[in-house]
Amino acid sequence: MNLPTISAAAIASIACTVLGVGGASAADAKKGQQLFITYGCYACHGYNGQGANVGVKLAPDPMAADALANYIRNSASAMMPPYSEKLVSNADVADIHAWLASQPKLDPKNIPLLKE
Amino acid sequence: MAQDATPNLNRRKFLTGTAVAGAAVSLTPPAGTPGGNGQALAQTPKAAPPSAAAMRAESAQPVAYSHMLDGKPGSDFMVDVLRALDIEYVATNPASSCRGIHESIINYGPEANKKPELLTVMHEESGTAMAHGYAKVTGKPMALLFHGTVGVQHASMALYNAWCDRVPMIMLSGNHIDAAHRLPNVPTYHAAQDPNAMVRDFTKWDDQPMSLQAYAEAMVRAYKITMTPPMEPVAISLDGHLQEHAIGKNEKLKIPKLVIPSPPTGDSGSVKELAQLLVGAEYPILVVDRAARTAKGMTLLVELAELLGCGVVDLYGRQNFPNRHHLATGPAAIGRADVILGLEVADYWGTVNQYMDNPEQVQKSRLKPGAKLASITAQDLYIRANYQDFQRFQEVDVAIAADAEATLPGLIEAVKSAMTASAKSKAEQRVAAFKKAKAEAAARSRAEAAHAWDASPITTARLSAEIWNVIKDHDWALVSRDSGQSNWPHRLWNFDKYYQYIGHSGGAGVGYGLPAAVGGALAHRAHGRLAVNIQSDGDACFAPGALWTAMHHKIPMLTVMHNNRAYHQEVMHLQRLGNWRQRGVDRAHIGTTIDNPFVDFSKLAGGFGMKGFGPITDPKELGPVLKQAVQIVKAGEPVLIDVVSQPR
Ligand code: HEC
Repeated sequence: MNLPTISAAAIASIACTVLGVGGASAADAKKGQQLFITYGCYACHGYNGQGANVGVKLAPDPMAADALANYIRNSASAMMPPYSEKLVSNADVADIHAWLASQPKLDPKNIPLLKE
Repeated sequence: MAQDATPNLNRRKFLTGTAVAGAAVSLTPPAGTPGGNGQALAQTPKAAPPSAAAMRAESAQPVAYSHMLDGKPGSDFMVDVLRALDIEYVATNPASSCRGIHESIINYGPEANKKPELLTVMHEESGTAMAHGYAKVTGKPMALLFHGTVGVQHASMALYNAWCDRVPMIMLSGNHIDAAHRLPNVPTYHAAQDPNAMVRDFTKWDDQPMSLQAYAEAMVRAYKITMTPPMEPVAISLDGHLQEHAIGKNEKLKIPKLVIPSPPTGDSGSVKELAQLLVGAEYPILVVDRAARTAKGMTLLVELAELLGCGVVDLYGRQNFPNRHHLATGPAAIGRADVILGLEVADYWGTVNQYMDNPEQVQKSRLKPGAKLASITAQDLYIRANYQDFQRFQEVDVAIAADAEATLPGLIEAVKSAMTASAKSKAEQRVAAFKKAKAEAAARSRAEAAHAWDASPITTARLSAEIWNVIKDHDWALVSRDSGQSNWPHRLWNFDKYYQYIGHSGGAGVGYGLPAAVGGALAHRAHGRLAVNIQSDGDACFAPGALWTAMHHKIPMLTVMHNNRAYHQEVMHLQRLGNWRQRGVDRAHIGTTIDNPFVDFSKLAGGFGMKGFGPITDPKELGPVLKQAVQIVKAGEPVLIDVVSQPR
C-alpha cells in the first residue's frame, strides 16, 4: 500500500515527540503509529487516538486488541467506515493496538492550563 | 473615424437640449431629437477621450457634459441616504460602474469617508462575508458596493451563506441599464437588464430604482426588509447615470423616515398553550439555534430556562445561552425529553432525527416515544422554493410563526402564570441533577483535553487551552466557529456574553471564515474587544486578501491557524467511500490535502504586511508566542500564528 504524502509528513513531525511506550513492544507501537496514519484512523480519532468530535477517544486505555479488531471489521456506525481484512490485516490491527496502548495517561491536575 | 470627421449637429443639439432641460436626470432622449441620437450616441461614450483631431473636426469646444456636472451629483444624494440610514461601512472592491458613488463617499461633505467609511476588500465574496460577521456582532447591516454582473457573481456564494444564516446586509451594485448611454466594451459586459436576477433566490428583496427619489425609497424599504425577521440580505442596483448625473434643478428629493417594524411575536393564545405544555412536562428542554438575536435574547433564555428548570441544548447558530450555566446541556437530552421547544432551529428534522452516513443510509428518530415538539420560528413566515436551506420537513405539535426573541417575554409571563407547586418541585429536582452533571462534564472535558497534551501536530484541545490562557483576562470574543476544533473552545472557555460567539457560515460555503472574522473584529474594535479567530487553513486560502483588509484598516485580531493541512472534512468523506467500496483509504489524500508544498501562513501574512509567527509544531512554543501576539493585537494590529494542528 502506498504511503500517502500526508502520512510521510505527519510521521516526520510526530517522530520527534513519540510518547512513552508502555505495555506493547516498542517496535510494534512504532509500526502501529505509521499504520494509524496510513489507514486514516488519525483523520477521525486524532494522530494519538485522543478522540475528536468526529471519532471517539481510543487512547489512552484502548479496548482489548481482539475487541478492537472486531469493532473495526463490523462497525456499522454512521461515521466509522468498516475495515475488512482485505484492507487491514490482523497483524496490522495488533500493531495499531500497540500504538494506542503506548499512549500515556496524563492527569489534568498536573497540567496548569487544565486546572481551573 | 468617418463619423468623427463629420460635424454632428444632432449630437450637439442633443447635449444642449439635455442641459437646458436640466431638470430631467432623464434617461429618455429629449423630444425633438429622433433619428440622430442613435448615430451620435453610438460614438459619444468611449473609454478614451476623443482625439484632438476629432474634437477639432466636431466643434471648437470639447463636449460639455453639463448634464453631468451642473449641480449636486446624484451620487452625493445617494450618500445622504446612506448617512440617514446610519450605514457605518461600505465594503467595496473598486468598480467603474460604482465610480460615481465611490467618489461621493470619499469626497462629499465634511463626513467624507467617515460616515460611511469605505472598506477596501480584495474579493466581493470577502466583502460580503465581512458584512456577515459584522452584522452578527452589531445587529445591523453593512453596505456592499460591487460591480454589477461580475462583482455580484463573485459575491453570490457569500450572499447565500448570509441568506442561510438569516443575516441583514444591503448589497449595492453598479449597472448601466441604458444601452444607448453607456461606454462600450467592458462597462457593457458588466451591465445587465436584471442584474439581481442571479441572486434573487437568496435575497429577500431587490430593486433597480430609475430615479433618485425611487432610490431613496428603495433604500429605506431595503433597510426595513433586511432588518425584519427573518433577516436576509437585500440588493439594490445603482444605475450609473443616476450616480453620475447632477440632480435635476427642479427635482425635489426626500429621504423617507426609517421606522423598523417591530418583529412578529406569537399570538397570546398559542403562547399560553405552549407555556402549559412546558410547565406540565416531566422533562422539558429548549433547543436553541439562532434564538438570541441580541444580548437581551440570552438574558431572556436564561430567565425562561431557570423558571422551567429545564436543560438548554445550544446548537450554536449564535451564543444563545451561557455555556457554563448549569442548565446548558448536550444533545443527549433530546432523547430524554417529553417536551421539546425549538427556538429558531435551522434544521429541526436533523436535530431530532439521526441520518447515518453509511451504505444503508439508516434514518432513525432520536426522540423518546410520545415526545411533543413545539417551535417558534420566523422561518414559518417566509420561505422560498429553490435552494433547500429550509431543510427537511419536521412535524410538530405546536408551531408559532414568530420571532423567537420577541416572543420570549410573553412566553416567560405565560409560564409564570401557568406554574404550579408540583411543577416547581419537579423543576428543582431537575436543576439539582443538571448541576451535578455539569460539574462532571467539566471534569470530563479537562481529562479529555489532557490526552496527547504534548503531541505534535498540536491537539485542538491544547490549542484552545493555550489561547484561553492568554485571553481570559481580557474582554474577548471568538469570531470564528469552533466545530472544526471539536468544540474545544466551548468545552474549555467561559462564554457568558452574547457577542463572544457568532456561530457559523449558515450555508457552509467555504471561504467565509477569514473575512467574516475580519468583519466581526471590525465591529468589536469599536468596543476595544480582543477578537480571536481560530482559522482553518483551507478556508483561509480561498481569499487570503482579507488579511490585507485587516491590516490596511487596522482591525485588531488574533488569528491562530488551525492548520491541519487539508480540506479535512473531505478526507473523511473519501475514506468512507473508499472503505465502503473495498478500495481502502490510502489514496483519500488525493484532492483533499494541502501539502507538497505546505502553505506557509506566516509568510502569507507577511506578504500582506501582517506580523506572522510559525509554523509552530512544538506545543511548548505556543504559549509564549501567543503572549507576544496578544500584545500586538492590544496595540491595535492584526497578527497571525500558524499552528500545525491535529485534524479536529
Ligand atoms: C471516517 C472517520 C473514522 C475513521 C477513518 C476511523 N474511525 Fe474509528 N470510529 C469513528 C467513529 C465516529 C466512531 C464512534 C462510532 C459510534 O460510537 O457510533 C469510531 C469508533 C471506533 C472504535 C470504537 C471505540 C469505542 O470505544 O467504542 C474503534 C476501536 C475504532 N473506531 C478504531 C478505528 C481504527 C483502528 C481506525 C483505522 C483503522 C478507525 N477507527 C478509523 C470514526 C472513524
